[in-house]
Amino acid sequence: MVLLNYLWIILALPLAGAAINGLFGKNWPKRAVNSVAIGSVSLAFLAVAELVREFAQLSPGEIPWVKNYFTWIIAGPFRVNFSLQADQLTIVMLLTVSFVGLLIHIYSTGYMEHEAGYYRFFSYLNLFMFFMLTLVLAANIVVMFVGWEGVGLCSYLLIGFWFLKKSAADAGKKAFIVTRIGDFGFTVGILLLFWTFRSVDFGTIFSKVVESPTDVGVLTSICLLLFTGAIGKSAQLPLYVWLPDAMEGPTPVSALIHAATMVTAGVYMVARMNPLFSRAPIAMLAVAIVGTITAFYAATIGLVQTDIKKVLAYSTVSQLGYMFLGCGMGAFHAGIFHLMTHAFFKGLLFLAAGSVIHAMGGEQDMRQMGGLRKRIPVTYWTMFIATLAIAGFPPFAGFFSKDEILYSAYTGPYANKALYAVALAAALLTSFYMFRLVFLTFFGGPRYDEHKVHVHESPKNMLVPLVILAIFATVGGWFAAPKFWGGQDYFRNFLGPVFKDASNLRQGQFSEFAKVAGNLDAMGPSGSQVTLRPEALAEIEAADHKLELELSGVAVLVALIGFFVAWWLYVRKPKAPEDLAKSVHGPYTVLMNKYYVDELYLALIVRPLLWLSTNVLWHVVDEGMIDGTVNGAARVARGAGGELRKLQSGNARSYAGWVVIGAVGVTVLLLGIWMRMAP
Amino acid sequence: MSVVPVSYYLVLSAILFGLGVIAFVLKHNIITIYMAIELMLNAVNLAFVAFARAHNQLDGLVFVFFVIVVAAAESAVGLAIILTIAQNRHSLNVERVNQLKF
Repeated sequence: MVLLNYLWIILALPLAGAAINGLFGKNWPKRAVNSVAIGSVSLAFLAVAELVREFAQLSPGEIPWVKNYFTWIIAGPFRVNFSLQADQLTIVMLLTVSFVGLLIHIYSTGYMEHEAGYYRFFSYLNLFMFFMLTLVLAANIVVMFVGWEGVGLCSYLLIGFWFLKKSAADAGKKAFIVTRIGDFGFTVGILLLFWTFRSVDFGTIFSKVVESPTDVGVLTSICLLLFTGAIGKSAQLPLYVWLPDAMEGPTPVSALIHAATMVTAGVYMVARMNPLFSRAPIAMLAVAIVGTITAFYAATIGLVQTDIKKVLAYSTVSQLGYMFLGCGMGAFHAGIFHLMTHAFFKGLLFLAAGSVIHAMGGEQDMRQMGGLRKRIPVTYWTMFIATLAIAGFPPFAGFFSKDEILYSAYTGPYANKALYAVALAAALLTSFYMFRLVFLTFFGGPRYDEHKVHVHESPKNMLVPLVILAIFATVGGWFAAPKFWGGQDYFRNFLGPVFKDASNLRQGQFSEFAKVAGNLDAMGPSGSQVTLRPEALAEIEAADHKLELELSGVAVLVALIGFFVAWWLYVRKPKAPEDLAKSVHGPYTVLMNKYYVDELYLALIVRPLLWLSTNVLWHVVDEGMIDGTVNGAARVARGAGGELRKLQSGNARSYAGWVVIGAVGVTVLLLGIWMRMAP
Repeated sequence: MSVVPVSYYLVLSAILFGLGVIAFVLKHNIITIYMAIELMLNAVNLAFVAFARAHNQLDGLVFVFFVIVVAAAESAVGLAIILTIAQNRHSLNVERVNQLKF
């Protein structure tokens, strides 16, 4: 029971690593920095592993396991404790974050070897781990918000890691400012949450919302406000614009923060708040719609990007959309499952892309690559596996998670066929652009100058994480495989207690289905208790399985189509894409320019804001009013002094005159007072 | 024996003081201005003595001695300053001593 009582140790380890490297690492040799950074994260990972072991021995009644460390804020009825908690959702997130984080730390030692500011980089990475783990372990929404903002800070620091480059510094600022728009909604959501439930603790809020009916309007507002924060943090429409620019950071950062962990914080938050969300159908629908549209929209942009990291960035935005679709459909476990498998395969894709860039000596444009398959085989194979996983080919991890989401969109408490169709179309696009990336990079002839670029495979400390992640991208979905695939559906059952409410709603839908089928034996007094004849149950299950099998077939078919189209265009007829781009010039240009959204935001928001700031706030308010007040006071004093000093004329007789006038004045005054006082 | 009423002394004192003030403001010669100051001091002394006598108290007389002592000290310093000015400027016109100004 050591770690269950000392949950904070998991946080303290990476924080200590960040502090040691950040304060003292400047002049240390790289090996010392490495051992502090990787040591602290591997200890944190071991601590998580031990926590999982101890967690497994808890009885169901003790979960969620909440530890209260100290009172942090007291202001009237507003009381916030620094408390951490462990439940099934936390465990999944902890394992994903610490494991992928550790691998990316190891990879970074190779990737960042020749970079200046080595200690700074690892200090930031460790700090990021600290904040992400805080976010995941938090037992109330205020502590969660600390982690939420902290990862935003680290994201800013790491995107702008090469801050001498203007584009990198700008991208860092953009990420910070755009997510701040979402965070405004999040903050208001927290306030409304406290206003409604008089508490910020997850446990208290959830038991209150389950036990006593709360106004749906209030719940919907809270959920929509919190979801605004998730839109910013998880790069959904319309606040996704920062994520593609975030690719200015070093590639391991893109892998860790902008693919595997931080951007999934929004999904985690929505899943964590599931008792609220599942009671606010409109908010659920909003989550699903935003997720689906984003998934499709980002996938279309990904079709034509030529920068290898930009393709992956848009693909991340798109996959995050899938996770929200899953959550919005009430299948929170599917969203979290996709979050986990996505962490494996997208982390791997980014790391492999980093390996490609490393091999090409810094080149990121896929048009300048080609034919790398034979030159960097390990990178090629691991990247190919990740591509199969993201495209949704069985038996790779992405297949199971994506399938689960599509299934819940097709049939479930919030099922919506239109969203299913759009999500399926996005899956087709995903498969196409991912294979396009692979074919452009690794197939065909080399399109770079072979005399200038010396393609070389990356060092071992970069390849080992690639291989490990490739293994997980392959098998990561198996233990969660649904029953008819021969699996145990373990993941869903494990997360069951966290998503009780959502599954209760599913149950309600299930009995609805049974009622229609006319297989009802008996109905409880409230209509919620339903008993089914065993054979009817079997029938329904069989129908369910058949449907799931068919949907899986459709998904795989779609992925295959994407693969073949990409193969046809980029391997079989390498000249075809250019002709195609010419023949559909209009849409191609629109996609190439990312729907002109950046330009739109520039014209609609940035420019007017800049104009207002320059012409009103700067020239009028600051220079006119604030500076005017200060300078005006000085000017009055100087002017008055300038006039009054002329009294000091140097003429003794005028002084004498003033003395006499003064004396007469005082005398008259005293006489006046005396006359008034006299009766 | 008839006693001169105190108001007579006060009127005389006021007249002397007023003359002193007028001379102080209008005259150009430093020595004359200096004499005007002495005149004002002595006008005040007269008022003090008159009140002391009328109220039969010594306080006013003590004050007068102080004034006389301070005036003597002042005349020592003041005359030294006037002498220096006369040496430097070759004039006793106060209008010519106007360098100390804004």
